Amino acid sequence: MKKSKWSLLLTLVLVLSMFLAACSGGGDKETGKDTKGGDDGKAAEKPAEPQVLNLLDSEEIPSMDSSLATDSVSFEVLNNVMEGLYRLDKDNKPTPGVAEKHDLSEDGTVYTFHLNPNAKWSDGSKVTANDFVYSWRKALHPDTLSEYAYIMGPVKNANAIQTEGDPLQGKVEELGVKAVDESTLEVTLEAPAPYFLGLTGFATFYPQKEEYVKSKADQYALEANTLLYNGPFVLNEWKHNEGWQYKKNDNYWDKDNVKLDEINVKIVKDVATGVNLYETGQTDITGLSMEYVDQYKGHEDLYTRGEAAVFFLRLNQKSEALKNPNIRKAIDMAYDKKSMVDVLLNNGSTPAYYLVPGDFTPGPDGDDFRKTNGNFGKYDLEKAKELWTTGLKELGKDSVELELLNYDSDGAKKMGEFFKNQLEKNLPGIKVSIKAQPFKQKLELESKGDYDFSYAGWGPDYQDPMTFLDMFITDGGHNQMGYSNPKYDQLISDAKKETDQKKRWEMMLEAEKVLFEDQAISPLYQRGVTGLQKPYVKGLAHHLFGADTSYKWAYIEGKQ
Amino acid sequence: MLRYIAKRVFSMFLTLLIIATITFFLMKLLPGSPFNNQEKLTESQRFALNEKYGLNDPVPVQYINYLGKLAQGDLGYTFQYDGRTVNSMISNGIGPSATIGAEAILFGTLIGLILGIAAALKHNSVIDYGAMVVAVFGIAIPSFVFAGLLQYYVGVKLGWLPVAFWNGPEYHILPAFSLSVGVIATVARFMRTEMLEILGTDYILMARSKGISKNAVILKHCVRNSMIPIITILGPLSIGLITGTLVIENIFAIPGLGEQFVKSINLNDYPVIMGTTLFYSFLLITIILVVDILYGIIDPRIRVAGGKS
Repeated sequence: MKKSKWSLLLTLVLVLSMFLAACSGGGDKETGKDTKGGDDGKAAEKPAEPQVLNLLDSEEIPSMDSSLATDSVSFEVLNNVMEGLYRLDKDNKPTPGVAEKHDLSEDGTVYTFHLNPNAKWSDGSKVTANDFVYSWRKALHPDTLSEYAYIMGPVKNANAIQTEGDPLQGKVEELGVKAVDESTLEVTLEAPAPYFLGLTGFATFYPQKEEYVKSKADQYALEANTLLYNGPFVLNEWKHNEGWQYKKNDNYWDKDNVKLDEINVKIVKDVATGVNLYETGQTDITGLSMEYVDQYKGHEDLYTRGEAAVFFLRLNQKSEALKNPNIRKAIDMAYDKKSMVDVLLNNGSTPAYYLVPGDFTPGPDGDDFRKTNGNFGKYDLEKAKELWTTGLKELGKDSVELELLNYDSDGAKKMGEFFKNQLEKNLPGIKVSIKAQPFKQKLELESKGDYDFSYAGWGPDYQDPMTFLDMFITDGGHNQMGYSNPKYDQLISDAKKETDQKKRWEMMLEAEKVLFEDQAISPLYQRGVTGLQKPYVKGLAHHLFGADTSYKWAYIEGKQ
Repeated sequence: MLRYIAKRVFSMFLTLLIIATITFFLMKLLPGSPFNNQEKLTESQRFALNEKYGLNDPVPVQYINYLGKLAQGDLGYTFQYDGRTVNSMISNGIGPSATIGAEAILFGTLIGLILGIAAALKHNSVIDYGAMVVAVFGIAIPSFVFAGLLQYYVGVKLGWLPVAFWNGPEYHILPAFSLSVGVIATVARFMRTEMLEILGTDYILMARSKGISKNAVILKHCVRNSMIPIITILGPLSIGLITGTLVIENIFAIPGLGEQFVKSINLNDYPVIMGTTLFYSFLLITIILVVDILYGIIDPRIRVAGGKS
């Protein structure tokens, strides 16, 4: 009898405990919000508060070897612990890094960088011109060939060195970079590239100290203590798959402008977990996905920020129906991009009627590329139907069936369904089938041209419209949709050689117009991101390519 | 018994070889490259990179090379993280995964047994119904829903336990409990059914009529005999937990191995696909072997022919 009393008790405790958790929290809904900083404005006069920033990231750092890094997490960490010749500031303008200043030859192809004598590695030694020569060559060397080596393209011979069968293949000493002396670096470009200065802030262009790298051999950059730093911070701790910690770098030449002492980053992949950690004050910033945006609508911590990535539909011009420009134009006008973005994305993204993103690059006259070229096309059902009927007549058909090649993420699937419904509702005789594929498989099918529409995206590699525009030259590696217009090709190749910045800019503006006269693609949206950020986090600098964020100028104010 | 185990271990390696072969060739059918920024690589760059990693060789050659390394216990390097071996990824990740997995199995089995026994003994009573309601919920509601609820209410609202991360014993409670819910439910239901059946058998009646106390009968005869199906399901249940840990690790930000199992396939990270598949197959086969051996200990009737010990 005793035994059964025991089991009764245990059962009860268990049953209770199962539901306790789920039920008892319901009463006090507001407990999470205890960390609101009440005082702002006058906080600056107060004694210094702990300069510690707590953050989340969604991935383990894939690479700390600057010449091998390929992804946004690595780029971001590297950007904060390393420094190139220049670094991007809050306004995404190049500001001196290891280089104090530079001279540019008249034809715009030879840069002479004068290095800052105070620029040091974290072991106290000087950053020299040879450190750049070494790491740039390393990125292109066949033994260490970086997946991002193509970014060095503007530098003389960089493309030839990585081209199979080229006489220069693998001959990294032919690369257009030279150490004139310890603190002078001379870089020769293939052609003038006004964006090159900003590009020197990109990870692949960071210096590496040959002697140190070689002494660590295959252990280089695998742990926090097998790496030399020359940026505003050093990696103090790196627990693989858990997180990492930055500490201010005392050897940094500009350490007086670095305010944060410590940044703690934890790896969290789940958005809901991030939100819960934010609510309990364990992180100062967290990203949000669409379903949380409504929940936090009007919340003072909510931010949205535009990025420079553009998503669009590739219209395969080898497809029988899409060969016809009227059909392509009709399709672009026949679906409502604005509702698509507002309802399905709801994250600060904006509908796109263009290829080169807005707020990305100002031209020689200071005006944003987007402002000058404006929008191409709009949601216009009547016009769409008219063009559609003409197009069908030209094809000699009364119905067409087209396939949309899609990513297999939930968000992309919703976008695909929306697109299909709108087209089938608005264009008589069209039938859209959707093929959702895992990322890699999708890319493979796309490169084979095995699709009609393909949902695609492109983020910039450098701050210049060319990073988007040269994608669509005839037979270009990233064209992948059989688009070809000799006029477009001519404009792009001329612009690449042009030394007059104004003329170059005009050519790129013109090229984008040509692209949309042909309606080569149907743009969808320019991506935005949204999240929560505590009001006491100040001075973050966000970038449009490479690393997302710089913490060099960030500080904490008003937390206490 | 020893000979039996030796035979089983041999066939285990044969099975692993077959799994390795099939996985390798299936994996090579996956379109795409293992490179992170595939979309930005041109044809010639891709060729050069493939050359560097030996991916331009014919598949059978790659297969032989792989087996050669595998025989030496070398699973190769991942494409996702610089300079990290698959061996180190598995050995670093398996700790946390195995810990919450084992905790969930232990806790879940214990509670499940208690619930099941209680329900059977108090058949058609409030306890029985209560236990079975718990069981039904436990099976019907996936562990990640529990995890989300627990994290929100216990972690955020009440603040009793950490919301996430992996820093000490208190960090184990929520993930292990979320993961154990399914185990509790399954074990409780099996145990109840089996107990009820055995309670109604003649030999129990016989034992009781011989004057053995009720408690002794229940413990020595009923529970022991009811354990056989429980041991059978523990194998598949442990394997089931591997997929469970995948989601739970994500929710509680635990640095485990689960995630790699799926992620590596999406990324075409060949060495990791092979490494995790072989590792999990090895686990599964070992668990099956252990279960078979346990049978003999619980029930001498099942002891394998030829085993004299």
